[in-house]
Amino acid sequence: MDTIPEQPAGRAVDPASGVPKDTVVAVEGLRMEYGAVRVLDGVDLTVRAGEIIALLGPNGAGKTTTIEILEGFRHRSAGRVEVLGRDPEHVGEAWRADLGVVLQSWRDHGVWRVRELLHHIGRHYAAYATPERPRPVDTDVLIDRVGLNGNAQKRVKQLSGGQRRRLDVAIGLVGRPRLLFLDEPSAGLDPQARREFHDLVHDAVDENDTAVLLTTHDLDEAERLADRILVLTGGRIVADGSAEELVLALGGDSEVVWSVDGRRNVHSTREPARFVADLYAEHGDAVADLRVGRATLEDVYMDLVRRHEAGDARSAADEFERKTR
Amino acid sequence: MNPVMQAVRVGASRGRTDFVRLSTTPGELFGYLFYPAVFVGLAATLNFDHNTTGVDGSGYFVAGGVVFALVTTSLLTLAQLIGTEREDGTLLRAKALPHGMLAYTVGKALQLLMTCTLSVGLVLVAALLLVDGFTLQGWGGALTLAWVCALGALALIPLGAILGSLTTNPRVTLALTMVVLLALMMVSGVFFPTDFFPAWVGAIGMALPLYWVGVGVRAAALPGSDAAFEASGAWDLPQAAGVLMVWAVVGFLVAPWVLRAMARRESGSRVDRARERAMKRAY
Repeated sequence: MDTIPEQPAGRAVDPASGVPKDTVVAVEGLRMEYGAVRVLDGVDLTVRAGEIIALLGPNGAGKTTTIEILEGFRHRSAGRVEVLGRDPEHVGEAWRADLGVVLQSWRDHGVWRVRELLHHIGRHYAAYATPERPRPVDTDVLIDRVGLNGNAQKRVKQLSGGQRRRLDVAIGLVGRPRLLFLDEPSAGLDPQARREFHDLVHDAVDENDTAVLLTTHDLDEAERLADRILVLTGGRIVADGSAEELVLALGGDSEVVWSVDGRRNVHSTREPARFVADLYAEHGDAVADLRVGRATLEDVYMDLVRRHEAGDARSAADEFERKTR
Repeated sequence: MNPVMQAVRVGASRGRTDFVRLSTTPGELFGYLFYPAVFVGLAATLNFDHNTTGVDGSGYFVAGGVVFALVTTSLLTLAQLIGTEREDGTLLRAKALPHGMLAYTVGKALQLLMTCTLSVGLVLVAALLLVDGFTLQGWGGALTLAWVCALGALALIPLGAILGSLTTNPRVTLALTMVVLLALMMVSGVFFPTDFFPAWVGAIGMALPLYWVGVGVRAAALPGSDAAFEASGAWDLPQAAGVLMVWAVVGFLVAPWVLRAMARRESGSRVDRARERAMKRAY
């Protein structure tokens, strides 16, 4: 957690006054246990108004669990959670009106027409309109913004995967939320649809100062979308910073790649020469395909994912945290 | 703008849209027209004369068709809707909206009401026009038919809601509901009198709502002399009202509790798991 900048930067600061914006999500010591299995083990995180935050981690790291706790869909085991100033386990309907949740649509509302569904969802927010936050967003304006003009009268099930995702985002934004949750937003999209989707999220949140918390297991997506990346693994946030900050934090390390008996190994170290000498001392000529280079964020993250999947999540988390410190 | 009133209004429009959109889907439309055609077709063409008395039973049979239309929409359709909309994320979407569950519930109730009215109405109109011996017994008969159908739906809807909430797999829900439905119809003498069953089966039937819906529909549309086929030799309408009301009251006390427990468990990861399961079923 040492990489948190002293002063919040980027979108988290009012450009005119330099004053940090309001905190919209504050989580301290969040724990979640399913029986004997501890999924979250002391998660701390903060999101400020207007920030786009990516919760990055391997599959099964607890990203979805975290986001569902924040959405108020799941009871936590312990810890302090505040979303828009309230504990999500004790909230009312007005609180929900300030949230946008982008769900992975599948085949719900398949026989409804696109415009009709968006308009219907929007009407739920009409009772919560204020002068600062007129609600809902005009249906046609929103359809235009997400590029579904030509499909407004189609039935939802006739949309392509990319078009459905746009509709999902439109549904998440129609209430002009202060905080938007996106869980694995571009899963199942082709590269072109993915890029368009990322642009859409950026444009959509800019004008309303909406904070976004998204989960992804894809570093590329996190780098492209987020102002700040939180790496979740082993039940904790092991790194917190912009992509540039994470790269800088890794800068001192070199990466040693080698194989022994056909098994590929990766290790990051500040003393590559000593490490290689030790390697030869231990394995001798069995060391093959040796390569020493500067570690990239991707290398380190891929190593983390690999070890997570091999059941070595906790020590991988410790090492990642040490490296990005 | 009052948020609760707004949610009710939004729910009403959801019910209308769901009804119109579904009813204009070819598969659904076929379902609406298929059963009336079957029941009325059979009643109008086959010989339903009673073996010993020689009395024409086609009126009794087609009255069973009316009951069938009512029970399939209020029990089967509802259980299926809940099962499907849980699995496909419709319910979760409602949960994510302010007062979304209220709007959703209002919408489902209205959709069900319209579906029920349409499918019961279709069988009824066809039977009244085409089946001899099935005629509304004056204004009193029409009134009886109206309150029996309304009360019957109120007694059966909570059962459908509970059945739809029990399992996470809509296919299991469908199978389970079919079993319950068939058992109910069997012991309730919907299409034929149950006098050939042992007495205890008849007694079980008389504790269940469907039997009394049948009694009410027959009382409304069959000639008075047909009451001789009933277990007691008469159409016991006060008992019908009593039993149906008890089922409705108990149902509306239990069902919201079951529905709330079920809805509380819904989350994105559950819907994702359901999706993966459905993908493996490959359709």
